[in-house]
Amino acid sequence: MKVKAPEAPKSPAALGLMAFALFWIALIIVLPLINVLFEAFRTGVAPYLSAILEPDAVSAIKLTLLVAAIAVPLNAIFGIAAAWCITRFEFKGKGLLLSILDLPFTLSPVISGLVWILLFGAHGWFGSWLDANNIRIVFALPGLVIATVLVTLPFVARELIPLMLDQGTDEEIAAVTLGARGWDVFFRITLPNIKWALTYGVLLCTARAMGEFGAVSIVSGHIRGLTNTLPLHIEVLYNEYNTVAAFATASILAGLAVVTLILKTLLEWRFADELSAHRRH
Amino acid sequence: MSLIVNNITKSFSDFAALNQVSFETHSGEFLALLGPSGSGKTTLLRLLAGLDQPDSGTVTFEGEDYLALNARERRIGMVFQSYALFRHMTVEQNIAFGLNVRPAKERPSKAEIKAKVQSLLKLIQLEDLGKRFPSQLSGGQRQRVALARALAISPRILLLDEPFGALDALVRKDLRRWLRRIHDETGVTTIFVTHDQEEALDLADRVVVLKDGQIEQIGKPLELYRKPASSFVFDFLGTNNQVTATVSGAEAAFDGFTVPAIITGDLTGEQLVRFRPFDAHVSKDGPGFKGKVLSILPAGANLRLEVQAEDGTVFETQHAHDSDASDLALNDTVYVKPIKVYVFGT
Repeated sequence: MKVKAPEAPKSPAALGLMAFALFWIALIIVLPLINVLFEAFRTGVAPYLSAILEPDAVSAIKLTLLVAAIAVPLNAIFGIAAAWCITRFEFKGKGLLLSILDLPFTLSPVISGLVWILLFGAHGWFGSWLDANNIRIVFALPGLVIATVLVTLPFVARELIPLMLDQGTDEEIAAVTLGARGWDVFFRITLPNIKWALTYGVLLCTARAMGEFGAVSIVSGHIRGLTNTLPLHIEVLYNEYNTVAAFATASILAGLAVVTLILKTLLEWRFADELSAHRRH
Repeated sequence: MSLIVNNITKSFSDFAALNQVSFETHSGEFLALLGPSGSGKTTLLRLLAGLDQPDSGTVTFEGEDYLALNARERRIGMVFQSYALFRHMTVEQNIAFGLNVRPAKERPSKAEIKAKVQSLLKLIQLEDLGKRFPSQLSGGQRQRVALARALAISPRILLLDEPFGALDALVRKDLRRWLRRIHDETGVTTIFVTHDQEEALDLADRVVVLKDGQIEQIGKPLELYRKPASSFVFDFLGTNNQVTATVSGAEAAFDGFTVPAIITGDLTGEQLVRFRPFDAHVSKDGPGFKGKVLSILPAGANLRLEVQAEDGTVFETQHAHDSDASDLALNDTVYVKPIKVYVFGT
């Protein structure tokens, strides 16, 4: 069957649909984003700068980057390991593992935060033991990291699995018969073959890790300047009717999202072939 | 004797992929493993390469226990149907891979590797394409690169897994001749897996015919043709006609005529006998199986006829273009007489 190339819409119905789609995107996505910038700069550049350079804001930015910097590599390593297991070996419970891998997508982030309180909180299962040993997990950096890791768990693995299934194992087997050791096979064959899908997955994972609100909100405890990440800091400012500061800080988060989007589009455009396995699933 | 495979058995859950398989290769030999899909030939190849372990049996190479070595240590050059070239490396990098991953002590110098790559590129006649990536090559060129990559490690044995399976007929025939030439030049013991009997008989010094995980016959191509050990081997090597006859001594008697019979086993009386299309003679006046010419196909160098007998059986026969058969027309009444028939107990 021949696939016809899409052509410019001519019929009134097609034009109408297109106009509606554009209008809807403008209303739902573009307008609010512009509004963020508008509100942020409403009283000028100076209040904007003072809002984002204020110590609590700076510490929130630093904390957000720190959490992402720990959570994303952890999930990248886990994602590669999980994808490797699932695509290179046959074992019992593989289907179950695949389903569980998707759980963080379907689970409400609030639950993803709450489980850690139930495990590590003051009244949680390990709470008294942790307290006795003076280890802080919830309301501290470790809690923020594990909540973020849970929420962003599937991103890398989900990108890699279809690609690695598509590529098969022949190249790796060939490398082994040519005398390559395990690490050589991984670094010289497997990794170069998945690098763009991995980059793509890491990018999505990073965006989600920095923007995560629900799970992090539960485990953070909202200690200003200590356990507030950017999204939490924005909420605090907003609740205090500090609109300009809230929107100024939000513009940073929105900026990070836009940068991610641009990088993602560039990747899709430049490495369409290598990412195409991803589109098929 | 270079490679000795002794009593290899391998099962996957309940299914016996290989059952008591034993064979040997002579040094420098070109051996084909021939069999239909599911006959265990690829399983056997994977065991030889060290990608799988047999349940029982031994494999030795020049006296060394091969099963004790892992895939990396066996130094076996493997060529895959899918080529399995490293897609992110150039042709040169692909060929050099096996040398580059050697431990520092055993690794040749950069200049030596470069010289080796150049000589291999010359061998596969792709000197100008060293800087290309696999995706920029044709299927035939890719398979030549895959062979060069396998040869770069100076393999003790070369294993080829249906190497021409993904190529079109013309390229396949060309590469076949070329592969045999490369083998004769390098002298590496080569084991070649295929389901294509023509390919196996055309290329190999000896052919191992596999069926359901067991060896049916080992022999030179001509032996397989002249003395097939079983009806399976006979059927697998090409099309044939089957009729019943009364067999006694070395003859098969049909209605009104007898022909020489090659009998495997101790068989007499009513038997199913087989004959090849080219072991048949057609004439306008008997004796033979009376029938009508159903189709006439000028198949390349030969003329192929289909003759339908009165009982409905269709015989396929093959003749030279300038034989009596050339004068036949559709629906002519002819007599088909086998020149010789084969009889098998199994």
